[in-house]
Amino acid sequence: MGNANTSPGRREGPLLIAGRIALFVVALVVGLSFFVPFMWQVLMSISEVADVDLLTKTVTPPEANWENYPRVFNHEQIEFGRYFFNSFFVAGWVTIIQVITCSMAAYAFSRLQWPGRDKVFLGYLGTLMVPGVVLMVPTYAIVRYMGMFNDYTGLIIPVSFTAYGTFLLRQFMLTIPTSLDEAASIDGAGHWRIYSQIILPLARPGIIVMAIFAFLFNYNAFFWPLIIVKDENLRTLPIGLLAFNTSYGQETPLIMAASLMAMIPPVIIFLVLQKYLVKGIQLGAVKG
Amino acid sequence: MAEVKLDHVRKVYDGTVVAVEDFHLTIKDGEFVVLVGPSGCGKSTTLRMVAGLEEISDGTISIGDRVVNDVLPKDRDIAMVFQNYALYPHMTVYKNMAFGLMLRKLPRDQIHTRVEQTAAMLGIEHLLKRRPKALSGGQRQRVALGRAIVREPKVFLFDEPLSNLDAKLRVTTRTEIKNLHQRLKTTTIYVTHDQEEAMTLGDRIVVMSEGKVQQVDTPLNIYRRPANRFVAAFLGSPPMNFIQGKLEESEGGLHFMDGQYIDLTLPGEMASRVASHKGKAVTLGFRPTAMSETAEGKFAGPGNSLTLQTSVVEPLGERIDVSCTSSTGGHLVARIEARDDFPVGDRVTFHLDMSHVHLFADGEFGPNLVHPSA
Repeated sequence: MGNANTSPGRREGPLLIAGRIALFVVALVVGLSFFVPFMWQVLMSISEVADVDLLTKTVTPPEANWENYPRVFNHEQIEFGRYFFNSFFVAGWVTIIQVITCSMAAYAFSRLQWPGRDKVFLGYLGTLMVPGVVLMVPTYAIVRYMGMFNDYTGLIIPVSFTAYGTFLLRQFMLTIPTSLDEAASIDGAGHWRIYSQIILPLARPGIIVMAIFAFLFNYNAFFWPLIIVKDENLRTLPIGLLAFNTSYGQETPLIMAASLMAMIPPVIIFLVLQKYLVKGIQLGAVKG
Repeated sequence: MAEVKLDHVRKVYDGTVVAVEDFHLTIKDGEFVVLVGPSGCGKSTTLRMVAGLEEISDGTISIGDRVVNDVLPKDRDIAMVFQNYALYPHMTVYKNMAFGLMLRKLPRDQIHTRVEQTAAMLGIEHLLKRRPKALSGGQRQRVALGRAIVREPKVFLFDEPLSNLDAKLRVTTRTEIKNLHQRLKTTTIYVTHDQEEAMTLGDRIVVMSEGKVQQVDTPLNIYRRPANRFVAAFLGSPPMNFIQGKLEESEGGLHFMDGQYIDLTLPGEMASRVASHKGKAVTLGFRPTAMSETAEGKFAGPGNSLTLQTSVVEPLGERIDVSCTSSTGGHLVARIEARDDFPVGDRVTFHLDMSHVHLFADGEFGPNLVHPSA
């Protein structure tokens, strides 16, 4: 669009420049507030136990002590590798089961026509409004009753069904034209085949988003694993990290090294799949 | 191939909204029937009931000798082409076409031959490895056709398959569909809102409006003898001209008068058919081609002329379309032989071919009084 008053090489007014500087300063402050604790964590993870107060003394640590990282794994009391495995195992299974259960429920809520469908869905969605803590005690009681206490099943099964994942996938599936189901049903497909061969492949972007959310959430889960697991061998990473605060003393550098390593998988997942994650956030945002 | 019979079929939504009312029709084996009407007339619903995608509220639908009311779409032995093609986006063209055959557990080599043959017939062999996203609209349309043909069903169902194509492609694909039907001779039900498509494709046309069948007949019969005013207005391009008026008797004959300047003498046979409507309000209808500037041949008088105010002339080549206004303000179009110096903005006297004039009883669905339907 041409503007008669616009001269070539348009100059920016002083106000605009000031605004930009202000924006830069704000961004810098916000950025630093995120960066400093992280930097502190990195520095701490390569310090001697004695240097806990390090940040106030100097910005560069006197001597990098990379020994802390192998020590996390070679600790006599703490099986950090085991916690890593547990976290992956539990989060992995929860993700797989959630993808199956949520996609099936989403199919029923988006592709099938049955009386009261949308009302039931609203009711299901309403469970999202109930704070998780409220359900903790009854769920705990049920899990104990069913003999899943202090067991992988207790870590996995109760969190394998989510209204949120169902909601996310339903919204996604609603965008797939119904004529595809109809064409498939005329072609000779039943519901199972339409679900597995038409809708699931087409919902893949939505499913990837859902799976990322499910994995990250359960990888980071703290409270439920804390109350459902007694056995040291079943501890997941977030609980396992606590173990470095032992009766032998607080090993802060080890905690920092361990938590830094625990952060690596989510960061990799985020970097690799960030375009899907952004899509997923938008998906929730434009709820119909 | 099979006969399709719709026996007093009815579709009601939510117990109150009637989408299709008493649809009764037998489609002969190998026949090409077009359901046509404005949007919301129930044509697509009817087609979807035949496909089994909508439940039937009342009546029965049979394909061949079998009542299919409660038969699943996949067991009806039909194939459907959708308006948006409904190709599976994640499958190649080959898989799109083979999907239905695979589900029917045909041997692999047989599937291969059939897909290849059908693709060759439609000229899409070179597209078999592509995904629908990499195809143009016309190519997608062919694949959708191919997916239907490859199954060799008893009945083809088309739901406005050409409406997403551009005008030129629509005409060529139309011809192609007609060609295919002549080769395959499969019973076909075709839904469209485009009257030209209906006229050119159908062995018979079913004109629908407001859920009701208005007329079923061959294209030319419907064009020449529309059952009511709605059908007359819907088919034909440019549409039929209408003038509101009354039948009055004077000078020993029956006349159509609009109360202003128009006074047309009805020919003897027509007058005797509509005599019972003497004194009543009627609508006169005539095609733009039933008008002429010269009173020669079938346009010879007397009592067949009307003077109109001309406003716009649209040259079409051999002929011109002249937009006119009648004395009562009605808009009319005359399609007459082309000439360069046609007066625009003047009052011009036209002569009607009275043998092609219709009279309809009052109202949007007023029946044709000259050619009453059986």
